[in-house]
Amino acid sequence: MNVNSNGYTYTFATVMVVLVAVLLSAASLGLKSKQENNVKQEKMQSILSSVGVEVDRSGAEEAYNTVIEKVLTIKGGEVVSEDRETGFAIDMATAIKSSNMDREVPLYVANKDGQTFYIVPLRGKGLWGPVWGFVSLESDGNTVVGANFGHKSETPGLGAEITTPMFTDQFPGKKISEAGMFQSISVVKKGTSNGDYAVDGISGGTITSNGVNDMLADCLAPYAEYFKNI
Amino acid sequence: MSTEVKQKEALFSKKNRKLISDPFNDNNPITVQVLGICSALAITVKLEPAIVMSLSVMFVLAAGNVIISLIRNLIPNRIRIIVQLVVVASLVILVDQFLKAYAYDVSKQLSVFVGLIITNCIIMGRFEAFALGNGPWKAFMDGIGNSIGYGVILIAVAFFRELLGSGTLLGFNVIPQSWYINAETGTGFYANNGFFLFPPMALIVVGLIIWAQRAKNTKLIEEN
Repeated sequence: MNVNSNGYTYTFATVMVVLVAVLLSAASLGLKSKQENNVKQEKMQSILSSVGVEVDRSGAEEAYNTVIEKVLTIKGGEVVSEDRETGFAIDMATAIKSSNMDREVPLYVANKDGQTFYIVPLRGKGLWGPVWGFVSLESDGNTVVGANFGHKSETPGLGAEITTPMFTDQFPGKKISEAGMFQSISVVKKGTSNGDYAVDGISGGTITSNGVNDMLADCLAPYAEYFKNI
Repeated sequence: MSTEVKQKEALFSKKNRKLISDPFNDNNPITVQVLGICSALAITVKLEPAIVMSLSVMFVLAAGNVIISLIRNLIPNRIRIIVQLVVVASLVILVDQFLKAYAYDVSKQLSVFVGLIITNCIIMGRFEAFALGNGPWKAFMDGIGNSIGYGVILIAVAFFRELLGSGTLLGFNVIPQSWYINAETGTGFYANNGFFLFPPMALIVVGLIIWAQRAKNTKLIEEN
């Protein structure tokens, strides 16, 4: 057999590609449920950490079911669903594509030590890729209790600093609306933030900081109507 | 035609053992051949990802070497590089999928670098230079040897970077808390060296290792 003939080369390539495709699809299908479970637990972990409940991934599901009382789905300021699974399953990456009032977004209602907290998911654009996070509010739907952020590929040491306490520790105590009017929290040039509606950005991470600024305004707005009436 | 009957070689003959021990020192892929430097710089900030990376490379290189060696007489010469790429890419995807399922946190830390195993020059280099011309057992030994040579350097660099940069080893604090400079009480004399967290320090540590190795192993010194 001539292994260098054209016919053989084509046959070899075809057989190889089919074999590899079958093998990889099998592995992907077989491991999918386990991988999705990891992602789900990680999401629960970040939701909990925004209200100061720190658990490891294996304990996340249990803690989530105890602490999170309700998951509401909000559209245009109204509650459209109270189903826990529906709210949790909403993909923010898709949700933010529609305008503020048209999108269905989840609102996690947590009960920690008898106090009610509202947790709002965030999703926006950084410099290199998506940024996301969770902001938790007190029962007045106005004062921030905590925030955490995540990112796909922001620059380490610059934009990626949004995940560090140095940045997130500025959020507790800030407010998102003034006398019933929605304000959001601005991320401003480092050292210039004052008052209840602004935090310092990251020096050298301006575009990421602006991304977080836009994300906060964009993702908090759909809830403003709802919070006004609680 | 030769009438000589080929003597079957013992599994761990001197020649085969050399396949494992050579890349360890005389022919180390990182310090002597200076291959695979990119990953050595990128994932050696902490010990744990360095260890996982070494094990992943070991799996990919050993398994890939064996596969390539088994089909070496079937591979059409004109598409051999593509065949090697397909083999290494599928193995890497398998590793990535398994890490995502069973070691999620580590897989997040390694992120793109698992995918970048594909571009690790050591792997394509060994496929092309060794596996295509040798039997599966030898190829396997060669794969293990080279990945150990790679892993040892990676882990050594990560050891120094994590110890001096973060004061931890595998995430555990090893520098006593009382050593650290405390601005409030005015005690302590020690601070972590933030430089070690940056990639250039990995290059310097690798450089120091190469220096030490050459000073000890005079075979490596070129004459000029």
